[in-house]
Parts: sequence; C-alpha cells; structure tokens
Amino acid sequence: MSIWDYANPKKFIATTTPLVPWFFGLAGVSLVVGLIWGFFFTPDDFRQGSTVKIIYLHVPSALMAINAWLMMLVASLIWLIRRHHVSALAAKAAAPVGIAMTLIALFTGAIWGEPMWGTWWAWDPRLTSFLILFLFYLGYVALWQAISDPDTAADLTSILCMVGSVFALLSRYAVNFWNQGLHQGASLSLDKEENVADVFYQPLLLCIAGFVLLFLALVLLRTRTEIGRRRIRALEMRARRQEVRA
Amino acid sequence: MMPDLGDYAGAVLSAYAVSIVLLAAIVVLSVVQARSVRRRLDDVEDRDNG
Repeated sequence: MSIWDYANPKKFIATTTPLVPWFFGLAGVSLVVGLIWGFFFTPDDFRQGSTVKIIYLHVPSALMAINAWLMMLVASLIWLIRRHHVSALAAKAAAPVGIAMTLIALFTGAIWGEPMWGTWWAWDPRLTSFLILFLFYLGYVALWQAISDPDTAADLTSILCMVGSVFALLSRYAVNFWNQGLHQGASLSLDKEENVADVFYQPLLLCIAGFVLLFLALVLLRTRTEIGRRRIRALEMRARRQEVRA
Repeated sequence: MMPDLGDYAGAVLSAYAVSIVLLAAIVVLSVVQARSVRRRLDDVEDRDNG
C-alpha cells in the first residue's frame, strides 16, 4: 500500500468519504468548546482588555490561511512532478477555503488593530504580505476559471502557487526579519517568555485544532466535488463524440 | 453569563460575527456545491448507462 494509491480518484473517494462527517463533527465540537471557553471563561488581558478574545479567531485563521497555501504548494508540486489529477484538484479545492481563512484573519486583524494601534490598517510588512497573499488567492481562483483545458489550468495555477508561496512564507516570517511595523511577533512560541499566557493558550490550541479539522473536512469534501465535476465533463465529452460519430 | 467586554464590546462582538458568518458561508457553499455536483453526476451516469 503506497500513498500514491490515493491518486486514483475512486480510491480517494472511497477512503475519504467516511472521514468527512467525522472531521466536520470534531471541528464543530473543537470550535464550539474552544470559542465558548475563550469567550466566556478567560480573563481580559492586562494591556489589551477584552480585545484579547479576538485571538481565538485571528491566530487560527491566519495560521490556516498560510498553511492552506503551503498545502496547495505541495499538491501543485505533486501535480507538476507526478501528474496526479487528484493532487491538482485538491489544490484547486483548498483555494476558496484559504480565501475564507485569509478574509477572517484580515477582518479580525483590522477590528483588533483599531482599538489597539489606533488604525484599521497599516502598511506593515506582515499585514502587507498577508494582503498580497489574499490577492494571490483571488488570482489563483480566477486563473482556474479562465482556462478551459483542465491540465493547462493545473499547470499554470501550480506555477502561480509557487510564486505566491514567497508571500505565504513572508507573511509568516516578516515580523522576524523586518524589525519594523505594528504587528507583534508570533503568539505561539516554544519560548515560554514569548508564548501567550497559559490561560489563553489552552482554548487557543483547541480553536486551532478546530480550524485545522474544518479545513481538512472542507478540502476533502471540495476535492470530491472537483473529481465529480471532472467526471461529468469527461462523460459529457464522450457522449458528444458518440453523437458526432452517429 | 455574558462577560463584561467594556469599551471593546463592539470590536470583539463584530470580530466574532464576521468570522462566524464567513465560516458558515464557506461550509454552506461547499455542501451545496457537493450536493449539486453529486445530483448532476448521477444524472449523467444514468444517461451514459442507459
């Protein structure tokens, strides 16, 4: 049994279909418990007041916005190297989910920034690279829509994905090597001094788990949908060819 | 039950509202598209077999 067996669409669907409801269920439980815990049962921060409660949405969504793009990069590379259609379709399926995550991170960041920084937006390295990542997401989806041949679309979007990865990584590490801007360093760190306080950390981890599980559930479901669309296209083309011959 | 959010109530509640709406939107959109493609695929496969 090899991982490449899942490149077979039938095998992929047979394996992932029973998993999707479990992922949705576990995501729902993690998010509901994590958000209720964070919103109702954690104290205000001594500096940020009650706005610290936005961390349970902002950090997981930003994390997933970046990691969704990196997942698309891996899937795109598999497509370019091994030509497995399921991997190209998985990358395509992940993009709208990544857009939703990026939008949540941008909106919650702006809403959090206004009372803390005195502005909704600043051309800060992390914020700017995140906005560019959002534009890359839009461009990626638009490119898939614009090209009718699926293999050509997969090739070109894979190349776009590789270019956009620079901004996905920049939005993660910009604060580390650009010592300017308003955005603080990473909220999660192995360094206990830098990591968020334990009282916020535990519900935050639960919310992150919820976002990861929701992402997995949505990508598996959407990949199945894309495989279905591809099959419809193939069957309709075959029917048209048969009509022409007749 | 509702925690006292003080001066930042508007900011915190609007962040939660926007996020929940966007999460719900992507879930509903994905499920609706999955069902619609499933139905269409069944029709096309029926035609192909019949």
